[in-house]
Amino acid sequence: MALKTNAIRGVLLGLAMLGMLAAPASAQQKFITVASTTSTEQSGLFKHLLPVFEKKTGIQVRVVALGTGQALDMGRRGDADVVFVHDKVAEEKFVAEGFGVQRFEVMYNDFVLVGPKADPAKVAGGKDIVDAYKKIAAAGAPFVSRGDKSGTHAAELRLWKAAGVDPSGGKGGWYRETGSGMGPTLNTASGMNAYAFTDRGTWLSFKNRGDLVIVVEGDQRLFNQYGVMLVNPAKHAHVKKDQGQAFIDWVISPEGQKTIAGYKIGADQLFFPNAKR
Amino acid sequence: MIGDLPIYAMHCMTSLWEALAAAWGLIAGFDATLAQIVGLSLQVSLSAVLIAACIGLPLGAAIAVERFPGRQTLIVLLNALMGLPPVVVGLLVYLLLSRAGPLGSLGILFTPAAMVIAQTVLITPIIAALSRQTIEDAWREYDEQLRSLGARRLNAAMTLIWDTRFSLLTIVLAGFGRAAAEVGAVMIVGGNIDGVTRVMTTTIALETSKGDLPLALGLGIILIGLVLLLNMAAALIREAAQRRYG
Amino acid sequence: MLPLLLEQLTFAAGGTPIIKGISARIEAGLRTVILGPNGAGKSVLMRLCHGLLRPTSGRVVWSGLRSGDPRRHQAMVFQRPVMLRRSALANVVYGLKLAGKSQRESELRAMDVLEVVGLEEHARRPARVLSGGEQQRLALARAWALGPDVLFLDEPTANLDPASTQDIENIIQAIHASGTKIIMTTHNLGQARRLGDEILFIGGGRLLEHAPVDRFFREPASSEAAAFIKGELPWH
Repeated sequence: MALKTNAIRGVLLGLAMLGMLAAPASAQQKFITVASTTSTEQSGLFKHLLPVFEKKTGIQVRVVALGTGQALDMGRRGDADVVFVHDKVAEEKFVAEGFGVQRFEVMYNDFVLVGPKADPAKVAGGKDIVDAYKKIAAAGAPFVSRGDKSGTHAAELRLWKAAGVDPSGGKGGWYRETGSGMGPTLNTASGMNAYAFTDRGTWLSFKNRGDLVIVVEGDQRLFNQYGVMLVNPAKHAHVKKDQGQAFIDWVISPEGQKTIAGYKIGADQLFFPNAKR
Repeated sequence: MIGDLPIYAMHCMTSLWEALAAAWGLIAGFDATLAQIVGLSLQVSLSAVLIAACIGLPLGAAIAVERFPGRQTLIVLLNALMGLPPVVVGLLVYLLLSRAGPLGSLGILFTPAAMVIAQTVLITPIIAALSRQTIEDAWREYDEQLRSLGARRLNAAMTLIWDTRFSLLTIVLAGFGRAAAEVGAVMIVGGNIDGVTRVMTTTIALETSKGDLPLALGLGIILIGLVLLLNMAAALIREAAQRRYG
Repeated sequence: MLPLLLEQLTFAAGGTPIIKGISARIEAGLRTVILGPNGAGKSVLMRLCHGLLRPTSGRVVWSGLRSGDPRRHQAMVFQRPVMLRRSALANVVYGLKLAGKSQRESELRAMDVLEVVGLEEHARRPARVLSGGEQQRLALARAWALGPDVLFLDEPTANLDPASTQDIENIIQAIHASGTKIIMTTHNLGQARRLGDEILFIGGGRLLEHAPVDRFFREPASSEAAAFIKGELPWH
């Protein structure tokens, strides 16, 4: 009996210690928190890029991957040190409001339009994305949008505007909003055999393609610029200014740029460095 | 259309086999990353369930044996809180721990500690509400005997917790199951940071969004297996104890 | 502590009167048996005396108690004793520790009483796996260990076989011999005769007769008591 009680006490004590372990495994290590987008995380770029930086500086980079809108919000709340996203208009607003110190351009990738092999809107092989959008709307062919205020969603909406189509008219019909990230949206498109607008990186690393293929690519208007910003320490005093800036400096340095260019899935290069320095 | 169905069904079957194969591959391969993810899942959820039990069991016992104004309301509230959506809990804890929030100065957002807090908030009502029920049923049986022996409410509550310990174990396990299985809260407050706050469920969500459904399902199978193992162990303990202690 | 005075005691549950004005004086030294048919209010009366129930009106007075908590000086054994999910020994120790004794002191005392009730060999066994008779003996030990001035017993042998009943009755006699006042309910006439010195005969929530056991059985004063002794069942 006494032995049993002791055993129970031992188990409880063990659990308590486990609980303490769960808390800060990090206190000793230098780290910064980067709010970024699902496209950079899920394409595998960070897995390629960050270890090089960490090895060089000893600074661990913790990436929280969200939509561009949410990532910028995270910066506004002071929950990130660095924001690394792709929506130039929103980024410039972020800096203008004083939440970001300065915006640096890092790289671009491109968007592609994917759709079913059967191609009901007859857009495959075209180079004009706006024209393709018009045809899809005219055919009422199913199109899945992220609808999550992300950078990709913003880019998609700009193109609809250019095509002179208000897709919200097709809501519930041919135009479907998933309200979720790129991957779930592609899963939906694959399940529905619908067209979808995606960044190339996520597409290349996406496995559940079903019948989907790239139907339109290469249009200038599909280029997708990434920018990086330090969250303003004047707004949030705890921001790790020096370490965050070190990360930014490295990403736009020749070494960082070369590392970005070196990331490939198969033979495809996903991101094209274009820092102005 | 109908002709497509068997092909579709076959496709699904293939996916299931792939998932099983993936699960087996993950276990057999004993990947260090996977071990780390599983370890963190267990660490976070066990910590949460431990804390939730330390709060929930005494709370449930206190409500079971005490009579005070608003008690019935509190019970209804607790029962309702059992259905708290994890995402809502995640958001609340996020807003609390965010640098712009009241507890922002702690700087624990996007750490395992934040995940433990969110899961604790999620499962404490479950443990409190279910243990309240169990202990109150026992209280009906024990009430006169304990009072006759001179036990005050506090003694009685502790005695009841100890005497219903095998039933309470099941309740605590239910809490653990809920904690280990939820994704909404830990995704928001943990951020699913690779190597820091990535747990099984957020990994499953991530792999799903990357379209790697077999891997996602494979991880799911491992998660279910773990919870199953734990429940089997608890069932064995319970059965042995029941035989021993009556 | 004693004598125990019941003053115009009434008790109602949910508006239904169960005890309808009972007054009595219960003296030290005598074994008091509360007798009466099922539903007469015996158990409720005992719970009122023990303080588990609060009277709707009237008073329970321990007129011999100079100061302190009367609950400290009494114990009760229930018809169906509640065994805590722990060893027999720990069940006895539990009550002693609540009474403020140290662990060591409690264990020594507990072992003593377990020996008296013949359970010393089962001390380490879980209480809930003991037989019905053993559980009731353990309940007696748990109550007796507290060294009460008064011990209440509510139908202590109602669910037991004759051999176990014999054991329990012997223990009750021993407790009485040690100087503890016994107040018990039963609906078993033989037991009342064997164990009782005086009878409180209850019917329909009223005290119908309070008499020494010989006189009660020889010449019951009330017709209800006479009928009850004859085995007629006017209440059912």
